[in-house]
Amino acid sequence: MDDPLVRISGLRVAFDGVPVLRGVDLAVGSGEAVGLVGESGCGKSVTWLAALGLLPGKAQVTGSVVLDGQELLGAPMPLLDRVRGGQIAMIFQDPASSLNPVHRIGRQVGEALRLHRGMDGAAARAETRRLLDQVGIPDAGNRMEAYPHELSGGQNQRVMIAMALAGRPRLLVADEPTTALDVTIQAQILDLLATLRAETGMALVLISHDLGVVAETCDRVAVMYAGLVIEEVSSARLFDAPAHPYTQGLLSALPPLDGLPRQHLAAIPGSVPEPRALPPGCAFGPRCPRRASLCDEQVPLLVDVAPGQRAACRILGADVPPAFGLAAA
Amino acid sequence: MLRFIAGRLLRAALTIVMVVTFAFVVLRLSGDPALLILSVDAPPEAVAAFREAWGLDRPLWVQYFSYFGAILQGDLGQSMRDGRDAIDLVAERIPATLALTLPALALKVGIGIPAGVYAALHRNSATDRVVMVMAVAGFAVPSFVLGLLLVLVFAVQLGWLPSGGQDSWRHAILPVITLGIGGAAVLARFTRSAMLEVLGQPYIRTASAKGVSWRAVVRGHALPNAAIPTVTIVGFMVGSLIAGAVVVESVFSWPGVGRLLVVAVSNRDLAVVQCVLLLVAATMVTSNFIVDLLYGVLDPRLRTARGGGKG
Ligand SMILES: Nc1ncnc2c1ncn2[C@@H]1O[C@H](COP(=O)(O)OP(=O)(O)OP(=O)(O)O)[C@@H](O)[C@H]1O
Ligand SMILES: [Mg+2]
Repeated sequence: MDDPLVRISGLRVAFDGVPVLRGVDLAVGSGEAVGLVGESGCGKSVTWLAALGLLPGKAQVTGSVVLDGQELLGAPMPLLDRVRGGQIAMIFQDPASSLNPVHRIGRQVGEALRLHRGMDGAAARAETRRLLDQVGIPDAGNRMEAYPHELSGGQNQRVMIAMALAGRPRLLVADEPTTALDVTIQAQILDLLATLRAETGMALVLISHDLGVVAETCDRVAVMYAGLVIEEVSSARLFDAPAHPYTQGLLSALPPLDGLPRQHLAAIPGSVPEPRALPPGCAFGPRCPRRASLCDEQVPLLVDVAPGQRAACRILGADVPPAFGLAAA
Repeated sequence: MLRFIAGRLLRAALTIVMVVTFAFVVLRLSGDPALLILSVDAPPEAVAAFREAWGLDRPLWVQYFSYFGAILQGDLGQSMRDGRDAIDLVAERIPATLALTLPALALKVGIGIPAGVYAALHRNSATDRVVMVMAVAGFAVPSFVLGLLLVLVFAVQLGWLPSGGQDSWRHAILPVITLGIGGAAVLARFTRSAMLEVLGQPYIRTASAKGVSWRAVVRGHALPNAAIPTVTIVGFMVGSLIAGAVVVESVFSWPGVGRLLVVAVSNRDLAVVQCVLLLVAATMVTSNFIVDLLYGVLDPRLRTARGGGKG
């Protein structure tokens, strides 16, 4: 990407000396929707928390996160406070505990309006009401006086989204926004995010376990494994031509498309390595059906494997059949 | 909300009845006031006359009910020593006790809460460790030991402050400090853990993620939430404004309610002891009640659960 909105490069994060991100490269273009998938603990959340400086002080963060030509890592606090919510907004997995239980929701949305758009009083109330309306909260005028515990999980997530929209961000990072919600509500929230993106033109990063959801909502998908992006591919190519054996494994772990709700990714044999005990070379090696001796030599780099597709696997191109019986797909 | 208040009032009344009953039973079973007040070798006729005069010769349950009847009419009985109304004896001691406990409360709140907040915000820093070591020490040292220690240093060794009595405000300094330090320590530890708990909540991260500066996050999103558990401890301290100084008043010969209680107990001066206990129970119960109401103000979740208030 020539001139992305946000470019993360070589992002490394360690907690107490244990590396959990090992050089993440990821770019998000203006208005683009990027999916970020991978098994639990691979570093999806940490990537964006680090980008916004939201990790606890004990985290050691190095690398670079550039927004609009401006470096965010190590940026002064006042700059970060303007970026957070104003340029890049983030919503989280559990909406019920992500809202402050002692403040009315209208006030929590209004706080973002005051910070990023200087709105106060009646103007702020009117805009809060409009935003709650926009995200589909019924009876918004009265609901703004409610406390989070008086709303359902889905409604709270809508409030979170309204709060994120309040600062007119150019990028919304949605960290598993539907994991804590009922299946029917999940679809509504994803629809809402897609609609809002179309209306506002903001970019979207959708973090999820669910490849199907991500491919549906996003233009492009980045797959993470053990603290690295190991494949980047357009949603169109994802199902037809996944390159990395791990991505192939994730896809074959999806249940057939017969209308049953998709399950969490689990069907790859073995388990994710502990961050403090990574194997040498490719971290996926021990679970990889195509592992060869060169895999253990060094950590593979992301390289172009096709137009618009990059993967970090050293045996790609070698004449080995695709793994996990995916040949039929 | 009305039902909630009525329920709490009923519980408060029951608590007071129980305290009064307990005190009544224990005091009657633990020694004969006649012998204590008249001395052991008083003539039997005098003892009998004393018992009759104070109604001590009647069956226990008769004494109990007539005592309760009198309370309901506002009569808390007379001191067996000098026949004065118990309520007057107690009332004239209250200002002296408050002169110690109110400044001590200010000390506890004024030092304990900021120290706890600071320690939580600088978790694991050197300051945090120092605050916590002092908090543990302040909590672990019994107040009579601390009081004697302070007297030894500031009154005996340095001669800066008087060691006892109530002649000027300087006499209050050592007892107030003795009373305040333990409470400040408790409050510091409590506030620190309440703050740490709140700072770890997802909504704190949400506030930061929407661009609220750290100062404003602490002020607007952490302190109000951490206040909810802290109010319990402060409420308990308010509840002990009357009774909390028994030991310290004795150490510093401070003529307050606590000292009156100690003397009255050793004399089996029934009406006075019961009057003090009634007052103590009433203070505790009242402050608990206020704490409960405050919870509702601070925590909207409770307000709804109680089925009232603006939701
Ligand atoms: N505050 C923290 N302190 C220590 N380790 C942490 C902290 N936050 C995250 N980690 C570790 O960093 C790694 C990556 O965590 P992260 O939350 O980014 O995973 P994730 O991909 O978002 O997983 P999930 O799908 O479960 O949300 C994990 O091993 C996790 O244990
Ligand atoms: Mg996560």
